Amino acid sequence: MKHKTFFWFILPTFLAMLIFIFLPIISVVLQSVHTPHENVLITVENCDPFGCKKVTSIDHEATKNLKQSEPLGKFVGLDIYFDRGHLAIENFKLIWNNSENIFSFIQSLSNLPFYKAVFFTLTFTFTVTPIMLLLGLLIALGVNSISKKLRGIVIFFSLLPMIVTPLIGSIILFWMIDSRGIIGNLIQWLFNDPNLSLKASTTLTWIMLIVYGVWHAIPFSFIVFYAGLQTVPKDQLESAKIDGANKFEEVIYIIIPHLMPLITFVTLMQLMDNFRVFEPIVGFSAEAHATSLSWIIFNDLGGETRQLSAAATSSILTIIGVIILLSPVLLRTWKDFKFKK
Amino acid sequence: MNKTSSNRFSILIYLFIIIWVFLASFPFFWTFWGSFKVELDFFSISNWYNAVTGKNTFDTYKSQFTGAGYEGAWVQEEFWRSFVNSAIVCFFVVLTSLTIGTLGAYALSRSNYKYTFWLLITALIFRAMPPITLVAGYLPPFFEWNIWGILPTTIIVLVSINQPFTLWMLHSFFQNIPKELDESAKVDGCSQFQAFRHVIIPVMWPGVITTGLFSFLLAYNDFAVTAMLLSDENRTMIPKIAAFLGTTYTEGNVMFAVAAVVSATVPLFILVMFFQKKIVSGLTQGAVKG
Repeated sequence: MKHKTFFWFILPTFLAMLIFIFLPIISVVLQSVHTPHENVLITVENCDPFGCKKVTSIDHEATKNLKQSEPLGKFVGLDIYFDRGHLAIENFKLIWNNSENIFSFIQSLSNLPFYKAVFFTLTFTFTVTPIMLLLGLLIALGVNSISKKLRGIVIFFSLLPMIVTPLIGSIILFWMIDSRGIIGNLIQWLFNDPNLSLKASTTLTWIMLIVYGVWHAIPFSFIVFYAGLQTVPKDQLESAKIDGANKFEEVIYIIIPHLMPLITFVTLMQLMDNFRVFEPIVGFSAEAHATSLSWIIFNDLGGETRQLSAAATSSILTIIGVIILLSPVLLRTWKDFKFKK
Repeated sequence: MNKTSSNRFSILIYLFIIIWVFLASFPFFWTFWGSFKVELDFFSISNWYNAVTGKNTFDTYKSQFTGAGYEGAWVQEEFWRSFVNSAIVCFFVVLTSLTIGTLGAYALSRSNYKYTFWLLITALIFRAMPPITLVAGYLPPFFEWNIWGILPTTIIVLVSINQPFTLWMLHSFFQNIPKELDESAKVDGCSQFQAFRHVIIPVMWPGVITTGLFSFLLAYNDFAVTAMLLSDENRTMIPKIAAFLGTTYTEGNVMFAVAAVVSATVPLFILVMFFQKKIVSGLTQGAVKG
């Protein structure tokens, strides 16, 4: 395709991404190194027959001028990155020096809001992803061996947890887990403890969120692996059977190697999606026990006081996290590209 | 393996699948059934079985089912407004995404220059970023120009943040269509755009519909961006439900929220029913192509 034709075809989508993705990133970077202006104060001496008093008041004129001349606010460099709400360098050092071992270090560190969110986000990402891969593979293998007539209906019901809006899915489960809901009742009965509530404990809240995450993500890996199973070469399976391989050996030595590219693909997509975990925390009203990076940004942006600088800083740190997470893939793609040249 | 143990094995498989199907679908049926009950049945302290029989519902309304929750949500709390807003947002997001997405993805699939590679990689990085990280960048200019809170702004933003995904998906569909098709059209005297419009698009329909389904889901399911960019009266369904939760718990109208949740799930149910094959093919498309 000629450069000129290409240009006109790509222009609308290019402009959309430039204006609403690229420029906002620049704006977020700028906001993260600026803080809103404080009011300019002015001290005047008022003298009356009883003596002189110094009065401090806001100089509205000067404040307005300052805001107009520097609309972004005061440049503060990386101060916001290092403050208590984000990387908290000073508290970090203090905790580092005072902690006796790695566990007490992590424990004290997780009292800081940013690290608390990082710990949950990473725990969520790296527990949900392997569990959903494994269960998705097992379900795909199972569905692949049941009667063909039943497969359509199984796939229909399997799609639901994924297609349904994450916020709605988590609210529905939250109502059932409520101590007056059916699952809550069941758990109280199983443990014979009428006061047991999943919402009250941090560990149980984390487990609840991870179970939701797995429930929501299984359909994706199941569907992709199921499609992959349809392309496993039949003759390889036949010859394995003749050689006396059992079902388990078939899976380990033939099916999994065949599915490997798909496993990489699903892992990559899931790492990306789980890293942005957010809706379940709102749906489960779990913010007292678990917060995530996306939740921190949302929390700063919302409410009466929109703390844009704080939100912008968390956003940049999150984007850096995503890039670190993606770096192996980006590196590989780049090498492939260079190799091709 | 002898016959009995292989039989036992397949029973285990069926059992496993039945458990999964139950886990995947039961919450929806339970909530759907419960949405026609009163709060004392839906959240029953005395006996969970009340939620099935609707004991308290019968005491209040002389019937085991009541539409009170739906009436409260749709009429009293004006959930229909959010429904209309969602419909408008989804319609325009899908239409715009597909229009600019097909043009862009077609160009990317038919060009071999270095910049196509970099455009696709950039789109991949954009795709990986959580959309909420961009919101801090939207707010100041939107307030400044007084375009915050209205539907058109949100539609354009949703279209743009979904473009990376749309481009990748359509790109892989376009690559399945042989290049000889546009070449022969051009030999017959078509311009590139005419070839695209009259030869490629008719062949591409299945791919376009599948991608359209996914941009619909992205727009319909979005919570973070719509909650931040829409004013209270312009809210779509999902942020409206989130706002319900805060107010209904205090007012004791939990059943309004339950009814609203069920109402927002029904369209998705119907979607899966009609487009199951398309959704499955869309999910596997990116995977199989790598």
